[in-house]
Amino acid sequence: MDFVGKKLITIVAESALEKRLVGELHNAGIKGYTVSTVHGAGIRGQRVGDLQGGNVKIECVVSDDSVEGIFSVLSTHYFPHYACVAWLSDVAVFRGEHF
Amino acid sequence: MDASEILGIALTNLISPPVLAFALGLLAVAIKSDLRLPEAFYQAISIYLLLGIGIKGGVALRNANITELWLPLLATLVLGLMIPVLAFTISGWLTKLDRVNRGALAAHYGSTSLVTFTAALVFLESSSRFVEGYLVTLLAVLEVPGIIVGLLLASRGRSESVAWGESLREVLSGRSIVLLVGGLALGAIAGNAGFASIEPFFGGLFTGVLTLFLLELGIVAGRRLPDVKKAGAGVVVFGLGFPILAGALGVSAGLLSGLSVGGAALLGVLSASASYIAAPTAVRLALPEASPGIYLTASLGITFPFNLIAGIPLYIWLAESLEGVLSWTL
Repeated sequence: MDFVGKKLITIVAESALEKRLVGELHNAGIKGYTVSTVHGAGIRGQRVGDLQGGNVKIECVVSDDSVEGIFSVLSTHYFPHYACVAWLSDVAVFRGEHF
Repeated sequence: MDASEILGIALTNLISPPVLAFALGLLAVAIKSDLRLPEAFYQAISIYLLLGIGIKGGVALRNANITELWLPLLATLVLGLMIPVLAFTISGWLTKLDRVNRGALAAHYGSTSLVTFTAALVFLESSSRFVEGYLVTLLAVLEVPGIIVGLLLASRGRSESVAWGESLREVLSGRSIVLLVGGLALGAIAGNAGFASIEPFFGGLFTGVLTLFLLELGIVAGRRLPDVKKAGAGVVVFGLGFPILAGALGVSAGLLSGLSVGGAALLGVLSASASYIAAPTAVRLALPEASPGIYLTASLGITFPFNLIAGIPLYIWLAESLEGVLSWTL
């Protein structure tokens, strides 16, 4: 089996940001992503939420060289003001050209 | 009009099923019940309410005389521009909030709450008070200008420019405006005959669905209540006092522009109510540093329950009291 090493970026943010975050990921040249509606709690607890539909989790597998750009955008425009967290994991994918 | 009459209106309002359901929602939170409406169901009934109220308004608009419409329309536009400026100024007197947070408050109080409006409309109709059906048109007109004025006021206090395009697109293409304006058009085209075929669903069931919706809003508002303490006394005073002022302005503007007592009361409700669906999203995107703990707590945790429980009867009473003083006929 030919597995290729990639990075998985997982962003959990208030749902008002969904379109904007997906736009940022596209700007960074990603090829695909998955969005799910989730709920939970964090340290901030301040959001528009509730009536607009809680949180979204955006998952996106990228190559190593896109990671820094994406996280620098997140740190500048999202982490300071919004309910938004993100983490990075190592993943192995089949068919590396899909990501 | 004496004290016993206002108490009578208040009591009838208080024991109406929608308001009681709201109280049940608050109670459910207080006893830490896990009760919530499923998200998708809640979204579906909010679409039902918006479209339903739009269609009914559209049917009324078709039957209305255009010449009686332009003065109330003008009054509504003036209110839409004036209320956010007043909210911005008065919140500055009552609180220590910065321009951005006051602008966010102004955007919320300048816009309107569909549910408060609907609850008031249902209450007026159930107590056999006449209301001009085209008031829904005024709801649609009042929804947007307040948000724009509020964002404008806030943007003067920011170093970064406001993301206007994205926020306005969010407001104008959001479901509130699309369903309200779309519903108005749909109702105006279909007319009475067309409406008759959907009346059982959008007419007969309406108050029942509103009752379910208010149960959920009681839960959401109840979960906001702990934040009220954190928001500070000034915000609480603003959240309770500003709707009375704006409501009185709305009632007066309604009577002066020739609306009936019920219509003027409803314009009062529109002016007094604060948005918690359209405005929060727009403000969140345009003014990230404004705190939802302030603006959403004020509009949803303080002003909405106040209007639902005490404000609606108060504005009706005001309209009935001021009728002789301010009304005139062409």
